[in-house]
Amino acid sequence: MTWEEILPLLGPATLETAQMVGWSTLFTLLFGLPLGVALVVFDRDGLRPVPGLRAALGFVVNIGRSLPFIVLMIAIIPFTRLVVGTTIGTAAFVVPLTVGAVPFYARLVETALREVGTDVVQAAQAMGASRTTIVRKVLLPEALPGLVAGLTVTVVALIGYSAMAGTLGGGGLGDLAVRYGYQRFETLLMIVTVVLLIVIVQLLQSLGDLIARRLSHK
Amino acid sequence: MIQASGLRKQYGTTVALDGVDLHVREGEIFGVLGRSGAGKSTLLRCVNLLERPTAGTVTVAGQDLTALGSAELNRARQRIGMIHQHFALLSSRTVAGNVAFPLEVMGVPKAERERRVAELLELVGLGGRGKDRPHQLSGGQKQRVGIARALAGNPAVLLSDEATSALDPATTESILALLKRLNAELGLTILLITHEMNVVKSVCDSVAIMAGGRIEESGAIADLIRTPGSRLTREIFPLPAPAPAGSVTLTFTGDPRQPVVSEVLRKFDVDLSILGGSIEELPAGPVGRLRVTLDGADRPAALAYLRDSGLIVEEAA
Repeated sequence: MTWEEILPLLGPATLETAQMVGWSTLFTLLFGLPLGVALVVFDRDGLRPVPGLRAALGFVVNIGRSLPFIVLMIAIIPFTRLVVGTTIGTAAFVVPLTVGAVPFYARLVETALREVGTDVVQAAQAMGASRTTIVRKVLLPEALPGLVAGLTVTVVALIGYSAMAGTLGGGGLGDLAVRYGYQRFETLLMIVTVVLLIVIVQLLQSLGDLIARRLSHK
Repeated sequence: MIQASGLRKQYGTTVALDGVDLHVREGEIFGVLGRSGAGKSTLLRCVNLLERPTAGTVTVAGQDLTALGSAELNRARQRIGMIHQHFALLSSRTVAGNVAFPLEVMGVPKAERERRVAELLELVGLGGRGKDRPHQLSGGQKQRVGIARALAGNPAVLLSDEATSALDPATTESILALLKRLNAELGLTILLITHEMNVVKSVCDSVAIMAGGRIEESGAIADLIRTPGSRLTREIFPLPAPAPAGSVTLTFTGDPRQPVVSEVLRKFDVDLSILGGSIEELPAGPVGRLRVTLDGADRPAALAYLRDSGLIVEEAA
């Protein structure tokens, strides 16, 4: 393949990857953040200990974390069909990507929130702050650099997952690599895809690091 | 102002507080002195119910905190300031933001909040530092922010949890001086816990000595000093314990310059030699303690004379 043939393929594939990763990042944040907060708040030494609920949430998160993404993707096909009405195409793969990334990010959120010192939480309690205020004005702001760093790791993982989604009809750069690089031995396209992925991941990681550093006042 | 009765706190089989009664009067600085593990931190945290006592009641400013529901308790806590050993400032906020936090919790409007924050920072000697981040401040300055934050709700009571233990001696002095000033100017009642006798000596009006989850001795320092055999007196003065057999320990609670010793030597047939002694400046006034041997025919009469002169005379067996 020549450059003239490769370039028109790269554009749409990159866009598809960006769409899959973008939307699933958004939904991961939407569900993963509250789940991570719940894991900390309902813990035995948390703000509102509900050990039974905490154990159940932990169990569900562990199930999500124990399935390899490619298995999870296939296993939840009925659920995907229920949510978006189809199981192929970029939109359909936002569902398994989100389901795969939510427990991952929730654990990172949990770790970041646990880094917040018990002394500041107790200081807020001593000031008469309610639990909601403590979560909103102490835990989340204090853990923000860690939450951003965790989200960066999650986005990079999602790019990896999205390549697997490509093999099952999700489109994107993974799909390109499989169809041209693997099935047609197009070495140049394979190299271009690899370089493009490396550049994207490096840029995202650097951006994430920069934001996390800016937010940190330690 | 603070009244704790029959406080017990148990963690599993460990007893952290074993029946503690505490009475802190309005406008005084009350120190709880003890080694680590004595239960003083648990006691302090029981006063604002950060720890819920297993048994007993806590009354602050006439309100029984142990009887309150969580919303009412939060409202009561807004009137109890607290400062912490490691400052417990929010690194995500500026100095002004930290001081504003309790005001936000109380629902004070923004303009009012800003006015009050500026006023509080001025009060603790940090005027103009509002935009700084906590990590840019020294330990002493951080504790000043902690104090400004604790005072935001115009509390009647300030709880201090080893507030000077992470600071060097000079900074400790300046923070203690600030607490003393706030106590005098605002009539703030302060309950502090510490393991440093120096803190008790320099600011406290009253003290409780804790060990093993119990209060061993408590009361106004001026009274305890006048009580023969008090733990406080023994701990304040660096005389070796136990006193050697036959020695006499004299405590001067009035003007330590009164020349009673030379009077005794002139009036009675006794020999006196000094084993050790020192004078301490306490908020209640200077107090001296002298350990001597006193031998001779007139020893009983000499000791009686010393007692009559207002000294506390303790004879070692």
